[in-house]
Amino acid sequence: MNTTTALKRALYASVAFGLATGMATAEDYSQYGIKADVPGMCSFEAIDAKDYTGRTLNIITHAIPVIGEPTALHARQFQELTGATVNVVHVPFGDLFQRIMIPFQTGQAAYDVLFYGSLWLGDFNPYLAEVPAAYQEVAGMKEVTETYRGIAGWQGQMLQYTMDGDRHYLKYRSDVFSNPEMQALFREKTGRELTVPATWEDYNEVASVFTNMDWDDDGAPNFGTAEVTKRDDLMFSAFISRVAPYAKHPDVKGGFFFDLETMTPLVNTPGWVHGLELFVAAQAAMPPGGTSFGLGDEIFSFGGGQTLMSYSWDDAFIQAMQEDSPIRNKVAAALLPGAKEVWNRKTGQWDTFDEPNRVAYVTWGWTSAVAKDSANQDMAFDYLCFFANEANTLADLQIGRFGINPYRDTHFDPAFYEMEMGWDAAVAETYTATLKGIDTAPNQVFDLRVPGVGEFMSSLAAGVARAQSGEQSPQEALDGVAAEWTAIVDRIGADRVREAYANVVALEDR
Amino acid sequence: MPTSWRWKTAERIRPEGQTRPSARPSMPETAMYRQKYIFLLPGLLVLVAVILFPLIFTIRVSFSSWDVYNPGLNNAGGAMYARLWDDSRYWEALWRLSLLSLSTVLIQYVLGFALALLVWRDIAARRFLRVLFLVPMMTTPVVMSVIWRMIFHESLGPLNPILEALGIGAQPWLSQATHAFAAVMIVEIWQWTPFMFLLLLAGLLSLPSEPFLAARVDGAGPVRTFMSVTFPMMGAISVGAILIRAIEASKIMETVYVLTSGGPGTATETVSYYIYIRGMRDFQIGYAAALSLTYLVIMAVALTLIAKALIRLMVREARA
Repeated sequence: MNTTTALKRALYASVAFGLATGMATAEDYSQYGIKADVPGMCSFEAIDAKDYTGRTLNIITHAIPVIGEPTALHARQFQELTGATVNVVHVPFGDLFQRIMIPFQTGQAAYDVLFYGSLWLGDFNPYLAEVPAAYQEVAGMKEVTETYRGIAGWQGQMLQYTMDGDRHYLKYRSDVFSNPEMQALFREKTGRELTVPATWEDYNEVASVFTNMDWDDDGAPNFGTAEVTKRDDLMFSAFISRVAPYAKHPDVKGGFFFDLETMTPLVNTPGWVHGLELFVAAQAAMPPGGTSFGLGDEIFSFGGGQTLMSYSWDDAFIQAMQEDSPIRNKVAAALLPGAKEVWNRKTGQWDTFDEPNRVAYVTWGWTSAVAKDSANQDMAFDYLCFFANEANTLADLQIGRFGINPYRDTHFDPAFYEMEMGWDAAVAETYTATLKGIDTAPNQVFDLRVPGVGEFMSSLAAGVARAQSGEQSPQEALDGVAAEWTAIVDRIGADRVREAYANVVALEDR
Repeated sequence: MPTSWRWKTAERIRPEGQTRPSARPSMPETAMYRQKYIFLLPGLLVLVAVILFPLIFTIRVSFSSWDVYNPGLNNAGGAMYARLWDDSRYWEALWRLSLLSLSTVLIQYVLGFALALLVWRDIAARRFLRVLFLVPMMTTPVVMSVIWRMIFHESLGPLNPILEALGIGAQPWLSQATHAFAAVMIVEIWQWTPFMFLLLLAGLLSLPSEPFLAARVDGAGPVRTFMSVTFPMMGAISVGAILIRAIEASKIMETVYVLTSGGPGTATETVSYYIYIRGMRDFQIGYAAALSLTYLVIMAVALTLIAKALIRLMVREARA
């Protein structure tokens, strides 16, 4: 081999090495915390190929960590990949609504991208841009379940870009329920077998038996139930979970909060009142201070092993399943308890069911959207599509504090939680089966997504709080709420509220 | 006094050689007056922008029904004011606020005075104590409320175990109406007693020493000296301190927001918190403006009456 040939070979080798290295660098996005990029319209590679240099994207989102942290993380990534300048404004929850609404109403294009609670769609819909068809067709969006696609829609248009899925479900300590000693104790006290509560009456009974006793032998007393009971801290969602099976008759269509035809509030009908009575009664089985628990307290109480049962969003369950949790793999998930007696508002009677009426409550859920007045809609939708691409979503699902919960068909695979998060098979199975069950439940309730939802829920929470504190009886409290709701409807206009509420009823009655 | 006689008197006291000023300023004087207004203009503009404009805008907003479904400044007449008349929650919150602010300010005054008297005298570690007593006031109210919320936490907080160890027993600090009200009072008193202490100590340090020497010569003991000398001489500054704190206490918001969210039920809901809920949470901008202005007027009247009563009680009686 002469010198020329040797030099040529060396040159080819160095070029090949350089190309290979370059290609490897271009395709290796694991530095962004993902396992592997998933090809598609919004993949790391596809977004990397775009150039938004010299353009600015303004985003408003919740405070760190819940939603705020992934927003900022993916904003940094988007900025690095595209060259755009991305500004992220973090706002505490209590201020988020008005910080979005005031610029909308005053015609300022303050933010291009918005992250907020999906139930505010009834207020925000006139100001949001429709998700372009191309983004609705991406593989990740196609995998979004029907329930969460429904939440994103308004009057036949997709206005919200789905990036989270939320719902209420029951969480319980499986180690206690399967403990023969505890089973015997329960049998002795109640005369029946200890089972996962099928009705809210069962729930209250189990909670009362296992309250103020040290059933986990750690030297500290345990309690029966942790619930979100603090007014103005999403307590209304907890209350609706308790009320729904008594008030949402599976055979009666046309509204859960209102009678859609007349727009008469239903909040003081017997089903609602009975649900509130049970909510008030459950206070006896709550930990000290449990009657003023906010969401954070509830997460800490169940997730920290203080209480036997709880129900709300995923957070407490994820907290309990964290690697350093003392109760990791000692918990399980189930559908919310139901009711065997259900109020039929058409006949004005209680109907009895052999199998409890279970109602899946699809509540809240963070969502995102692009402002209609934004001059950067192309970049804004690219950002959201990138935020929710498959690789990012699978990484985000594993970080509890991010507040991103399953919403795609692929997220309901128990193998994911076993393999990626190290959960026991049984825990992963109950978790995914529960979430899937909610998604496909024949009887569902959604949030009241109408103009002024904040006012309606604020009124509801104040009424429930009066009953909880003993200021008023459940009936008196809910009569007061119904009167306030009637006044609010009159002020907004019954037709306007009805038109919006019809969207919610359409989801429930489909 | 007849006008002509008054004029002559003025002429008589004017130094000789000076003529009576003309009713209208001469030309150079007019220019000077104009210049004076030009110099005042920036300050006036800032005043209008900072104080008057927001107030006038709030008044305008209160006559609109601006909310989430009626954006902008329409003309709703006095509808928002008529609505608040029937809003029992607002009036209950106002009554609750009155009770809360008057009781906490009174306790702060007593404690602040006691602490000021303590470090006024020559005692050991006087300088250290003066700084120590000011620490609560220097902390951020929201942060301190969060910490107090943890202290009062009935399952995880340190207060109940301490009370149990003392044989008093655990208390439902945040879940029962009377206890929650007491909890808000405790935080307020803890945070703002140092302010009273600071003002009253400054007042004590400025008192002349002669009356105390005279009292001692007359054989007055500590109690007699306090009742007859110290307290009367502190009347004016006491009124000032109480009024400043009363104005601040009437706006209590952060503590309620963090500690109780107005609950349980509505047991700790104050006017400011209620207006926050209506304005920020429910986005009823017009109604919240009407609530705010009504509250402003009520507070202005109430504090004026309190000020007059206190002056009569603590200042004029002392002078008499």
